[in-house]
Amino acid sequence: MSPSLDVRPTRGLAFKLAVCILTSATLIFTVAFAYYYRSSKDMLLASVRDNAQNLLRRAVSRLEAPLSAIERVPQFMALKLGQELPAPADLDRDLTDFLTANPDVFGAAAAFEPLVFHGLPRYSPYFCRKNGEIAQVGLGYEEYYELQNWYLVPKVLQKPVWSEPYFDESGGDIVMTTYSVPVMGQTPAGPAFLGVVTADVALDWLRAQVGRISLYNSGYAFLLSRSGVLLSHPDNRLVMRESIFSRAEQFASPELRTLGRRMIAGEEGFARLPDFILGKPAWVAFAPMRLTGWSMGVIVPEDELFAPLRKLGREVAILGGAGFTALLLVIAAIAAHITRPLSRLAATAAEIAHGNLDAPVPLGAGHDEVGALSRSFEQMRLALRDYIADLTATTKAKERLESELKIARNIQMSFLPKRFPPFPEITSFALHADLLPAREVGGDLYDFFLLGPGRLLFLVGDVSGKGVPAALFMAVTKTLIKGNAEQESDPAEILAKVNRELCVDNESMLFVTMFLAILDCDTGEMTFSNAGHNPPARIAPDGTVSWLALPRGLFLGVMEDAVYRTATVTLTPGEKIVAFTDGVTEAQNPAQELFGTDRLLTVLSKAASMPPEVLDAAVMQAATEYAEDAEQADDITVLTLLYRGSDPT
Amino acid sequence: MRKGDWRRLVAVALLSWCVMTAATGRCLAGEALKKASLIPQWEPQAQFAGFYVALAKGFYAAEGVDMTILRGGPGQPPSRLLAEGKAQFGTFFLATALLKRAEGLPLVNLAQFVPHSTQLLIAKKADGIEKPADLAGGKVSLWGPEFQLSTRTFFQRYGLTVEPVPQGFTVDLFLRGGVAACSAMRYNEYHAIINAGLDPEELTVFDLGAHGLDLPEDGLYTLASVLAADPDLCRGVARASVRGWEYAFAHPEEALDVVMSHVSAAHLPTNRMHQKWMLESLRQAMTGPGDPLGTLTRLRYQAAAKALGAAGLAANAPSYEEFHVPLP
Repeated sequence: MSPSLDVRPTRGLAFKLAVCILTSATLIFTVAFAYYYRSSKDMLLASVRDNAQNLLRRAVSRLEAPLSAIERVPQFMALKLGQELPAPADLDRDLTDFLTANPDVFGAAAAFEPLVFHGLPRYSPYFCRKNGEIAQVGLGYEEYYELQNWYLVPKVLQKPVWSEPYFDESGGDIVMTTYSVPVMGQTPAGPAFLGVVTADVALDWLRAQVGRISLYNSGYAFLLSRSGVLLSHPDNRLVMRESIFSRAEQFASPELRTLGRRMIAGEEGFARLPDFILGKPAWVAFAPMRLTGWSMGVIVPEDELFAPLRKLGREVAILGGAGFTALLLVIAAIAAHITRPLSRLAATAAEIAHGNLDAPVPLGAGHDEVGALSRSFEQMRLALRDYIADLTATTKAKERLESELKIARNIQMSFLPKRFPPFPEITSFALHADLLPAREVGGDLYDFFLLGPGRLLFLVGDVSGKGVPAALFMAVTKTLIKGNAEQESDPAEILAKVNRELCVDNESMLFVTMFLAILDCDTGEMTFSNAGHNPPARIAPDGTVSWLALPRGLFLGVMEDAVYRTATVTLTPGEKIVAFTDGVTEAQNPAQELFGTDRLLTVLSKAASMPPEVLDAAVMQAATEYAEDAEQADDITVLTLLYRGSDPT
Repeated sequence: MRKGDWRRLVAVALLSWCVMTAATGRCLAGEALKKASLIPQWEPQAQFAGFYVALAKGFYAAEGVDMTILRGGPGQPPSRLLAEGKAQFGTFFLATALLKRAEGLPLVNLAQFVPHSTQLLIAKKADGIEKPADLAGGKVSLWGPEFQLSTRTFFQRYGLTVEPVPQGFTVDLFLRGGVAACSAMRYNEYHAIINAGLDPEELTVFDLGAHGLDLPEDGLYTLASVLAADPDLCRGVARASVRGWEYAFAHPEEALDVVMSHVSAAHLPTNRMHQKWMLESLRQAMTGPGDPLGTLTRLRYQAAAKALGAAGLAANAPSYEEFHVPLP
C-alpha cells in the first residue's frame, strides 16, 4: 500500500457534509425564525393595539358617565331660569339642593348679565363644599366674572361647555373643570343671553381613575385637555403645567407635536411614541373623550410588550443551538459511518490497483449504497481475477499457436526450392521465383525440377483458403505433382492424376489453381496445362508483353473426372514467361482498389529486359508499394523463366 | 497652584468683602433697608423677569431697599394697589398709565422697559382669514379700552367693521372657534396658541405695532407723591430693576429658574418652555437699537400721548418732563 493511502479521507467528506448541511440549516432556520419573529411582533402589536383601545374605550366611558350625569341638572336649571328668574333665596336654595343631591359636584354657581337679575349690576351666587359643609363663598372676582372662561365661552358660543381645567384658587392644588350652561331668555326680539348656570367638578377622582389604568409594568395612562395640557400624568409636576406641545418643544420632537395634534383633534389611534418619553421605545394608544373634548392616551413600553416574544425567541435560539449541536453530532456519525467502509474500500481498491487481486474486499453488513458498492466491487474483483486468469491462459494458447504457425510456415516455405540459380550448369534458360507470404500461413506454391536432361517442369499454384489446412493441402499437392511428373510427361495428364488424387477424401473441400508447364530446353517447345489459374505473361525478346493463352481447366480437387488439356507454344530465345498468383493482381491499396493487370503490364513492360530475379523483384516491389500500409491479404508469388535457347556451343 | 493664582484669590476675597460691607453698610450705620412693594400688572411670568431677578440677586437690597414683589393678577390691578398705598411701585403699559393719570392717579414713569408694541391680532387661515379685509364683520375678542387703541387704529386703517367680544384671560374662546380673531401679546398668547397645537403656518398674524400704533408697553411707575417723598428710593428701585433685566437677559436660564419659582408658588398652569419663549420675545422687544433699556424717549411718549388724546381717551397729557423721571 502506498503511503498516500494512509491519509484517512473521513475528515474531508464529513467536514464538507457538516458544513453544507449546517450552513443550509442555519440559513433556513434564521430566515424562518426572522419571519416568524417579525410576524409575531406585528400580530402582538395588533393585539396590543386592540387591547389598549378597548381598555381606553372602557375607561373613557367609565369616566364620562359621571360627567354626563352632572350635565343634566345645570341644563334643567338654566332652562327654568330662562323661563322665570326666581327670588335670590330660591336661587340659593336650588343651588344648595343641587350640591346636596350631587356629591360629585364640588361647587355650583349662577351668574347673570348686568342688570338682568332683579336689576342688580352683577349677580353671581356661588356655593361650594367647604370642610364637608355646603357654603356660599365669594368668587373673588365678582367685578369681572364676565371675563372668565366659564362665563364668556358659553355666552359667545351660546351652548353648554366644559371649561379647560384650572387650578381652583381657593381649593389649593385642586384641579377643576366647570360645566356651564347658558341661560337663554325669551324676548320679543328673540332669545337673549341672561347668564350661566355652572357646576364645578374636581378632577381628583378622575385623575385617580386615570392613574389606576396601566398596561404592563411601566405603561401608564394620561389625559390631555382640549388644548393639549396634561390633566393627568404619573408625574404630578407636569399636571396642568405642561402640555404635550410644550414637551414637544422642550425635546424638539415634531413627532410628539404631531401626536398631540392628532389627539386633540379627537382622533383615535395607535402610534409610536418618541423614545425620550420613557427613555426607551414605546407605543401609545389614544382615544377621545367626546363629552369634554379631552383625549386619553395609554403608553405601552415596547420592551415589556415584546418581553414574552423575546423570551420565546431566546428559548427558540437555545433550542436551535442544541438542535444544531445534535445535528452536528448526527452528521459526524453518519459521515464516519459512510466514510469508514469507503476508506477501507479505497485502500483495498488501491491494493487491487497494485495488482493484488486476491485482496478480499471488506463487505459491510449494510444494505445501503456503500454495501452495494462493496459487493459490486467484490464481484468486479472476482470477475477481474477470472478474466485475467483466462487472459493469461488464452495468451499462452495464442502464443503457442502462433509459434506453431510460424513453424508451420517455415516448414511450408522449406518445401519450396530456394536455391537460385537452380541449375547453374544449364545455360539454356534462367529461372527465378519468389513467394512473399501473407501474415497467415497461405496456400501459394511454385516448383520446378528437371524431368530429364533438357526437360524442365515448372508450376505456379494457389490453394484456396488459408491457414494450416491450406498449407498442408499445398504440401500434398506439391508432393503429388512431383510423384506424378516422374511417370507422366504430359502436363494435362499430370494435372488430371493429381486432381483425382486430391479429390479423394477432400472433406475440407479445398482446391488449388495451377499453371503447369514443361519446357524442352533444346527446342524451346513449351507444353503447358491450366487448372483455373490466371494466365502468365509472355515477354517477347523485344519486350512486348502478351498474355499466354491457356486451355480451360477446373481447379484441382473439386471434380474427380475433370478434364485438362495441354497446349504448346515454342519459345524463341530471349523470350520470358512470367507466371504469378492472384496475390499480385489482387493486391489492394488502403482504398481497397485492386492492383490489376494493367499496372502489372506496365511493370512488366518496364522491366522486360531485366534478368528474371530483377524482374521478380520489380513486380513484388510494385505490388507491395501499391498496397502501402494495407495488410497483405494473400501470398504473392511470381515465377519468371527466361529461355535463352539451346546451347550455342 | 501657581504663584499668580494666590494673588488673584486674595484680590477677589478683598473685593467681595468690600462689596458686602458696602451693601450692608447702611444697615450697620443704623440706616435700615427701606421697605417697598412692587405690583406687576399680571400674574408671575417672565414678563416681569427683571424684577424677580433683581430681587433674587439682591439688587434691590444693594440699593438699600427691602423689596416685596406682590402677586399680580386680574384681581390685583396696580392702579388700585398704588392708590390704596399697598404698593409703592407698579408696572403699567404706557397707555394704561396715561389713562389712569387722566383719571386722576398721578403716575410717573421711572423706567420704560418695552419700547414697542408687541400686540397682535391672530386668526386662523382655516377660517379663510389671510389679510385684514378678511376680518370684516367677524367677531374679534379685545382686551380693555387701553389695549384696544392700537387695535381700533388697525381697523380704521383698513376700514373694517368687526363685532368686538370681550377677551378673557386665556385664548380658549379663540381656540374653540368662538371668535374669528383674538388679541394676543407676541410673548404670551401667540405662544399659548402655538402650544395648544396650532402650527405657525396655520395662523394669520397681524402685528399691530406695524399695522396700527406702535405704543410702548411695560414700564415701572410710582406715584408722584412717593417720588417726592423719597426720590433716592425711587431711583434705587429703577436702577436695580434695570440691572435685574440686564442680568436676566445675560443669564436667561438662571432668570427662568427664578421666574419658575414664582410661577410654581402661584400654582400657575404654565411651563418653562412658555416662559422661555416669553423671555426671549421680551429680550427682542426690549433690546432694540435706539431705545436704551429703561429710557422712555420723548418721541415715543409724545406720539403715545397724542394718539390717546386723539382717541379721546386721555386728554391733557402731562409734559414729558413731568411724566418721565430720567434714570439716574
